[in-house]
Formats: sequence, C-alpha cells, structure tokens
Amino acid sequence: MGNTDTVRRLDLMAQQLRVDVVEMIGVGKAGHLGGSLSLAEIVAALYFHKMRFDPTRLTDPDRDRFLLSKGHAVLIQYAALIEQGVIPRAELKQVKTLAGLQGHPDMANTPGMEAVTGSLGQGLSIGVGMALALRLDGRSSRVYVIMGDGELSEGQLWEAAMAARRFGVDNLTGIVDRNRVQATGPTKEVFDIPDIERKWDACGWHVLTVNGHDVAQVLEALDAAERTKGRPTVIVADTVKGKGVSFAEGNAAFHNGIMTEEQYRQAMAELDLRRAELARA
Amino acid sequence: MATVKNLREAYGQALVALGKQNRHVVALEADLGKSTRSVLFQGAFPDRYFEMGIAEQNMASTAAGLALAGKVPFMHSFAVFVSGRTYDQLRNSICIPGLSVRICGSSCGLSDFGDGKTHQALEDVAIMRALPGMTVLCPADAIEVGKMVPCLLDWKGPVYLRVNRNDLPFVCPEDEPYRIGKIWKLRDGSDAAVFASGVMVSKALEAADALAKRGISVRVLNVSTIKPIDREAVTRFAEGVRAIVTAEEHNLVGGMGSAVVEALRGVRHAPVEFVGVQDSFGRSAENYEVLLQHFGLTAAAVTNAVERLLGSA
Repeated sequence: MGNTDTVRRLDLMAQQLRVDVVEMIGVGKAGHLGGSLSLAEIVAALYFHKMRFDPTRLTDPDRDRFLLSKGHAVLIQYAALIEQGVIPRAELKQVKTLAGLQGHPDMANTPGMEAVTGSLGQGLSIGVGMALALRLDGRSSRVYVIMGDGELSEGQLWEAAMAARRFGVDNLTGIVDRNRVQATGPTKEVFDIPDIERKWDACGWHVLTVNGHDVAQVLEALDAAERTKGRPTVIVADTVKGKGVSFAEGNAAFHNGIMTEEQYRQAMAELDLRRAELARA
Repeated sequence: MATVKNLREAYGQALVALGKQNRHVVALEADLGKSTRSVLFQGAFPDRYFEMGIAEQNMASTAAGLALAGKVPFMHSFAVFVSGRTYDQLRNSICIPGLSVRICGSSCGLSDFGDGKTHQALEDVAIMRALPGMTVLCPADAIEVGKMVPCLLDWKGPVYLRVNRNDLPFVCPEDEPYRIGKIWKLRDGSDAAVFASGVMVSKALEAADALAKRGISVRVLNVSTIKPIDREAVTRFAEGVRAIVTAEEHNLVGGMGSAVVEALRGVRHAPVEFVGVQDSFGRSAENYEVLLQHFGLTAAAVTNAVERLLGSA
C-alpha cells in the first residue's frame, strides 16, 4: 500500500520517465510517444516499488518479470532501465540506431529485457508460460504483462486469457493500458471493444479498474492482485494517451509521431513544470 | 533392438525417456495428444504436461515463456498447424530470441492420408527453413526418431521436428552413434546420388535396388537434418556421380531438394532432378501408399528420375 512518501517518490519518477522518453524521441524522429507516456505511473510503480528487481542481478531466477506485450511502448521501459542504471544514460540519444537501442523489445541488444514482443497479442501467452515455469519450480516470483486496449483485438490474447484461468496462474497479473487511442484513431472509431472488464471477468479473471495515473490506486491494485489466489488478476487502467504533453494527449498523431523543435521544447517545459509542482507538493 | 515401426509412437516413447532424464523437459499439446502421442508424456509427467486446447498460437508463445524461465518445452500438433498457424509466434516469440523450443510437427506430409489437404503438411519445411536459426529435422524411421529426440535436450536454439504418422520400414543403422547435422550414407554407389528424407528414404533404397539390377550404381543419402544443411557433406556426396536426385514428401518449392541445391551453389555438379509434390495441396485417400502413388512419391519415380538424367547426361 502506498504511503504518501512512496506515492510522491513514484509520481516524481513517473515524470522523470516521461522526460527520458521525450529526450529519446527528440526532434524530427518518429517515436511511440503516446503509448509510452500513458504508462509512466504504472511502470514507475512496478520498477521502483512493487517488483522484485535488482539491477545488479538481472538473471536472478527469483526476480519478478516485466513483459511489455504492447512492445511499441518500449521507450518507457528503456527509461525505467536507464533510471535503474541498467542501460547507460548515453543510450538515450541512440534509440533506433544501428548501434543503439532497438525500436521494439529485443533481448539480444538490451539488458533487462525479458522477452521479444511487439508483434501484438503475444506477451500474455509468454507470461502464462513464465508463470507456469515459476510455479513448477516453486518460486514466488510474479509476472506482469502490460497490454494495450487496441491490442485487445488480437485473438491470441484471449486464447492466453482462457489458458491463464484454466491453469489458475495467480502469479500472473495483466495490466490493460486503456488509453482509448490506437495507431489510426480513437479505439471507439477504429475498432470499438466495449465491456472490457466483463470480457476478462467472463474469462475467469479477477478484474480491477483503476485510474492508471493515480499511483496510490495502482499500488493498491497491484497488492490486491498479489493477494488473489487461484486465478489471475487483470488491472484495467484508465489512462490518457500522451499524458503530460498537452499536444499529444488523446492525439493519435502522436501514437508514433514526430516532434518539431518547438513541440519538443514545449513538451520538456510542460513536464518540467509538472515535476516542479510535484516536488513542491 | 527397435521394435516399434511407428514414428509417432517412437517419438512419444523417446519423449518420456527424455522426461525421466531431465525434470525441466515439459510438453504442450493442442488437443491432438492421442495422435502426436504426447499422451505418453502426460501419463508419465502430468504436472509437466500442458493441454493448451485448440489454440496453437497461444501454445507457441507459452512455450517461449516456459523456455525463458528455464524449461525445455516440446510443443505438439499436426505439422500443418504447428508450422503454419503459428508462424508469427514462432518467428517473434521463439526464433528472434533464439529460444530452445522444440516444435513437433506430427502427421507430416501426406501421412494423415484420410483427413485430406487441410490436415496435410507439404509446405512446412519451406516455412520453417525460412526462419533464421531454426533447425529442421525429418527422421526416416522409428530408429532415427529414437536417436534424434535425446539430442534435443542440449541442442541450442529452436527445432522443428517433422514426424510421420505411420509405420515405416527400418532404414537407419541401429548401432552407430547419432548426431544432429550429419547426412547419412545408407548405400554407396558411383553413377547417381539420391538425397532423400522421411518416407522417401525407403523409397530411394528400393529404387537403388531396382537400378542395381540394371547395372546402375546409386548412392543413397538420408538428409534428416535439412537445416542447418551440411554443405561440405552434400558437396562430397554429390561428387563423381552423373546424376543427382532429391526425393521428399513435400512441395518442390523450398523443401529439402531446394536445400540440397542451395548447398551445391558455387560448385560444379551433375544435373539435378527433384522428386516431390508438384506445387499442390494434398487430398484424402483410402491409404497412405495410394496417396503417395497419386502424387508420384514412389520408388519408380526415383528410378525414372535417375535414368532420365543419366540418359540425358
């Protein structure tokens, strides 16, 4: 459960992750800004509080696993790994270059990545496999799988949802980043999927809904998921795509958009302002 | 001494033996366990057997997750489903990170003769060969299945194993030490070389017998490791002959024949003919032999190909 200090620390960290993401994308280069920023509080809560994660022991078999099924948002994971000291900060400037960090999660090139994801719909299945293996070995590690709401149209994901219930993997927590915008527009217009909570419930999951930008709510849900036995939990997190950068908020153009010099400066100014507010609070 | 002639039965038994040897061996199935014979593993190790339902894509990525957490997963279905339906999952979840998942494509080729074209796999070798880092195996008999499966415990990276549904004649030596990657010379000869895989190995040996009676000496090679193919061995076995024939229960596009010709690139070699399925899907038939004959996968087809090439050489 998040006490005030923890929440404040994680709020600040989330803001730092956003700054890192904007810096990674920079000026004149396409980058998945929107779906990375919507995850900032969730990723901060996992990597800097909830998960059993030691940056000096990345292959510890008892670590918790973080899987980004919506692999295009990898910039926010890179940010967390940079702040954890796993990825050198200089790599911020090398994203999507031949020698640098790849455009989607790639185990071969990046320490701290748990799987190859990005072809959508596969992360939850990988998480089910990890959860089964960890349980077989009697380990208490947990597996966290982050999905997008647009991604929920992938059929494989529902195969995995049914399998997770069938095997009762309560060491698996799914998180749906319900930011309501996909690559080509609002999910309601592009491919509307109503009653998301009821669908997970029908698949036999324990379902929680939170404000994904409210760290205290996120922490509470993560703890509730861990307490739930016999079935997996999914946390449906209501978020804003592009959260924290006004021109990107709810804007499909910044699903994978390019910032001008002026937009870049504006984004940084807005994030700095919010960070200063949080620091004063 | 091998007694089981059935390849999938031999597979199921070998998997159980492997499970006894190593507790990290696990199996995944998509509701065809009675056919693939993964049920034998289920009986022996119920805790390490995961019935995934009729959901091959989830099975493939789940196998990736198991491998990432230290298991040695064997995933099963018919060859046509486990190679085709799961292509993107094999590519992204398994092959890009180079995970040691074992993909058992059972009832390969036309061997599920009754079920027809939807259930027969004549493209699987081409699809699997195209994936970077994928090892592609096609055992010729139950002896070879029994020797190949134990090698899969330590072999690095993803493996596609093509398993015939039916009883096949014994063709492989029982007493030789086995290793993945080797091309096996089953008969020596000097006029022609026949590179064969799977069910076609026994047909090639029959053809060699028939041709010997006509004074034509044929070298028969069992190409059970189709990828990575041993280029040096292919080149060596292709040397000195006046005809090269490949024989496989697969579409002519992208199969073992293609792999052999690719291996011969850059060297001068005798003319090559392919025996295989002529860019077609399968069909139902009353038995396996009738179907193989319908598609020209016979000893006579191999004999004809050799004679045609020698006649024109």
